[in-house]
Amino acid sequence: MTAVGPAVRPMRIVVCIKQVPKAQELQVDPVTQTLKRVGVPSEINPPDANALELALALKDRHGAEVIVLSMGPTSFDESLERAIAMGADRAVLLTDRILGGSDTVPTAYALSETIQKIGGFDLILCGEETTDASTGHVGPGIAGHLSLPQITYVSDIRIMEGKVRTRRTAEDGTEYWETAMPALCTVNFGCNKPRTPTLTGKIRVKRGGLIVHWSCADVGIDPKKVGLLNSPTIVAKVDTVKLPPRAGRIFSGEPKDAVRALLEALIRDKVIAR
Amino acid sequence: MTEGHGLEDKSHFRGVWVFLEGRAGGLRDVSTQLIGEGRRLADLRGTPLTGILPGRDVDALAERAIGYGLDRVIVVDDPMLASYRSRPYSHVMAELIRRHKPEIVLFGASKNGRDLGGRLHAILETGLAADCVKFDIDSEGNLDMIRPSFGGKSLAHILCKKHRPQMASVRRNVFVAPPHNPERRGEIVHEEVALTPEDNDAILLEFQEFTKEGGLRPEEADIVVSGGYGLGDPKNFAMLQELADRLGGAIAASRKAVDSGWVPKMLQVGQTGMTVRPKLYIAIGISGAVQHLAGMQEADKILVINIDAKAPLFEIADYGIVGDLFEIVPEMIRQLDALKASASAARRALPAEVR
Repeated sequence: MTAVGPAVRPMRIVVCIKQVPKAQELQVDPVTQTLKRVGVPSEINPPDANALELALALKDRHGAEVIVLSMGPTSFDESLERAIAMGADRAVLLTDRILGGSDTVPTAYALSETIQKIGGFDLILCGEETTDASTGHVGPGIAGHLSLPQITYVSDIRIMEGKVRTRRTAEDGTEYWETAMPALCTVNFGCNKPRTPTLTGKIRVKRGGLIVHWSCADVGIDPKKVGLLNSPTIVAKVDTVKLPPRAGRIFSGEPKDAVRALLEALIRDKVIAR
Repeated sequence: MTEGHGLEDKSHFRGVWVFLEGRAGGLRDVSTQLIGEGRRLADLRGTPLTGILPGRDVDALAERAIGYGLDRVIVVDDPMLASYRSRPYSHVMAELIRRHKPEIVLFGASKNGRDLGGRLHAILETGLAADCVKFDIDSEGNLDMIRPSFGGKSLAHILCKKHRPQMASVRRNVFVAPPHNPERRGEIVHEEVALTPEDNDAILLEFQEFTKEGGLRPEEADIVVSGGYGLGDPKNFAMLQELADRLGGAIAASRKAVDSGWVPKMLQVGQTGMTVRPKLYIAIGISGAVQHLAGMQEADKILVINIDAKAPLFEIADYGIVGDLFEIVPEMIRQLDALKASASAARRALPAEVR
């Protein structure tokens, strides 16, 4: 895990991405009250797309090799191809049946091992969280495994004199951090506008050879540390939420009358003060 | 690489811990709220409740924290811990957990709480459930960690059966803070954790506090006036602000309004934004995607204003007006002003001694 300065070779940035069902397309089945997943189109997890854009902007500014890493079934190639078409140099997909059902602990472990196999990295970027599981645990988990400096919730990254300067959105304000490389940052959802794939990018994808598939054995991942059975947490059951019934009083008529009736009700119910 | 201890005999693990976060000399709301829930869980398990407070000169804060229901506070005092930093804080927490073996560790799902919990659960190789909204103890004594999945339409019960501690994060305003009892006595324990120069791996160059312009933050407000894509233009949020000002509330927004670049992300309510639990949530021009519900369905009362009578949000409304928000909202502002004027006129009409 040695970082070679940008003077020797271009900086190497690994961007971790996940393919998720498109958030806008998610709909609840009115009968079963569960999420309809079948036939829902996929996308790069939107915060991960912001992380990728940040990496590509650093590549534009400083020159860098951007490697996209994902873990999942081979259908994730769709997102990796898109990432390459956007400007990433190459991609690695960690794909193995034994990884199925991994929670954030094995996922962070497996990605860490894969990042070490890629080697020579200066910066690791992740989205702040995924839109499907929304834990935000994997990025900090990778930093913990690899014992790297970690800056989460970052909107901007500058490389200055071989160090990483970041702008972080904290609870009560904006923080500016400086840390040595290699480092891991998680990137704020919506902090930039991910670029669209270019024609040259698409041609590079068509030519092929830029995505490699690795199994756990290829990477040297301990099978006893991954998968559903080796995950600390299990989902014991899922309840459908029955929201408490609400009064649902709809005020209609001319805006003036509707608003008057509404305000009277709000005051009577002591929801707003007179 | 990392030395996990998740699979040790779990019967050694005892006690409920709450990671305490300070803010401007006090405790963060989420920390006091967690003490209340932690107290309940500790009583259910028949174990003590401990607050963990890494920091610098924080004894007064530890003393105050006890008043919310803690039995003791473990303080780790070090200049490197003066403000939150990932590595020294996770180093301290990992060391304390290995030393004392708590059964349950709760974190606020604040930016720093998530940063810490995520790093820590990988170092300790134990389970961490994010954004829990409810806890129970199951028949085997495990912590049943209940969290919304899929934007709040269902609740997943997460168990961490073999690994300890069982860790979970909770967003602000999910639990209600217990009253502070200044008479309550507890123990303050100072512990040493040897931090090394390697722990000093990131430097905070600058901090710019969010300005309080426009008054309240949505999480702190009793009334939240929230705007969605139906507003059509960022400048229309000024109208929402006017309404919020008259109600003493704060403005917020849906993800679609934020994605459109109309308002900053820090105003976003929903799964990828904040959770609010106001007395009144006014949703204006928001249709109500499941991800939005996740952030506001716990409001005491919900008022929906939308031109589309089929907007899903009407299904959970206490009050609603189907109509053009550009007519309704200005009318609300006008009538609220008129009410205020008549109220103050009535007060003026009273004799001075009654006033």
